[in-house]
Amino acid sequence: MNSTLILLAVVLIIGAFTWYLYNSIIVAKMRVSEALSQIDVQLKRRTDLIPNLVATVKGYAKHEKELFEKVTEARASLVSAKGPAEKAEANNKLSQTLKSIFAVAEAYPDLKASQNFMELQEEISDTENKIAYARQFYNSIVLNYNAKLKVFPNMLFAKILNFQEAEFFGTTDEEKKPVKVSF
Amino acid sequence: MNIYSAISANKNKTWLIMVLFVLVITTVVYVFSNALGYGLGFVGIALVLAGIMSIGSYYYSDKIVLATSGAKPIKKSDNPELFRTVENLCIGDGLPIPKIYIIDDPSPNAFATGRDPQHAIVCVTSGILPLLDKSELEGVIAHELSHIRNFDIRLMGIVAVLVGFIAILANLFMTQLWWGGIGGDREDRNNNLQIIFLIIGIVLAILSPVVATLIQLAVSRKRELLADASGVLLTRYPEALASALEKISKDPHSLKSASNATAHLFIVNPFKGKNTKQMFTSLFDTHPPIAERIKILRSM
Repeated sequence: MNSTLILLAVVLIIGAFTWYLYNSIIVAKMRVSEALSQIDVQLKRRTDLIPNLVATVKGYAKHEKELFEKVTEARASLVSAKGPAEKAEANNKLSQTLKSIFAVAEAYPDLKASQNFMELQEEISDTENKIAYARQFYNSIVLNYNAKLKVFPNMLFAKILNFQEAEFFGTTDEEKKPVKVSF
Repeated sequence: MNIYSAISANKNKTWLIMVLFVLVITTVVYVFSNALGYGLGFVGIALVLAGIMSIGSYYYSDKIVLATSGAKPIKKSDNPELFRTVENLCIGDGLPIPKIYIIDDPSPNAFATGRDPQHAIVCVTSGILPLLDKSELEGVIAHELSHIRNFDIRLMGIVAVLVGFIAILANLFMTQLWWGGIGGDREDRNNNLQIIFLIIGIVLAILSPVVATLIQLAVSRKRELLADASGVLLTRYPEALASALEKISKDPHSLKSASNATAHLFIVNPFKGKNTKQMFTSLFDTHPPIAERIKILRSM
């Protein structure tokens, strides 16, 4: 009689703990996907700006065809990218090609002076800052979620309940390189 | 400590402080009404009044603060750079974008108010904008957003109301006492118990507003340090906030529209030149000494 009571109590405690744990992990997981959607909002804003930019630059620098193709291609791969790691990579590629567009613009004083181009340039750099902040927020939320899965005793239950770690929104290879300063 | 656990810890603290204050107010009212020979009905009325005041200020404290400080709302086109700074940091902190106000005053300062992140307001003076560079402004805004994110704005708003209420009660008691409480012929004046309550009442009337204010100021100083730290967690650049604080504290202007009631809201005490360095007066400061804040930031 006594031992069945004890057994029942143990089962109840484990059940209650699992319930609590499951809910808290689910909440953390939802925060991860919400943070990711924040990045998506900014990425979308960025991809929406690019056709405008290409059209504006085309008006002044028609023969940079290869460059426009590259940008359009990079944009398309960002639009179709799935998952944080893939998106991060596509976003980096786009950043690279945008850099070369702005570099080319240096050679066209009329383009550089155009109001439209200046506004676009400002918008795009603002979006880049926003992506950086959204990424910082997302990564801190992912860190929290992953830590939740890994600490004891959560790890035992997380395995049984089949929770997967979330992916970080990666930094670029370029950002990982040490900064070179030359005098 | 992560963002969400910091918030829930602060929410619990808010509850604790509210319960404490309600207990204190009930005790004070009980002693006062006994001393004056009023019945328990007086206690009830006082508590209902306290409730109404707290709820009212919970919803309107931000509007009162904005009105008394002469702040004006601005649109994105008025100052895109300020707007972008706020937007970016909000994204980094997972907050909705607050309303942005400007006080037209050369004294550099900033504050945040509102009851929760959905109804938050960030306000800067026009003097702070030309004084600080981009990363310094970012540090200051991140500090203010931390007040919003940590629910400090709600905590400090509620504490301010409760402190004000205790002061009103004490005032009421003293005037009652002066104009007829003791002379009142409702009760037998030789009642020993009433005399004891009277003495306790007078002591409470003198001490409770002071103690309540001291608690408020202690809470305020703690909140400032926490907001410095969590603001830096957002920008990852403590030196920017340190040099911003340095610049703000070196500026000689005092903020004209600030009052004792709103001083604790600002990032730096708006009354310049009143900085006394004695131990005792530091108990009455709304903010930790700037030198200490800068030292903590520089050691991060």
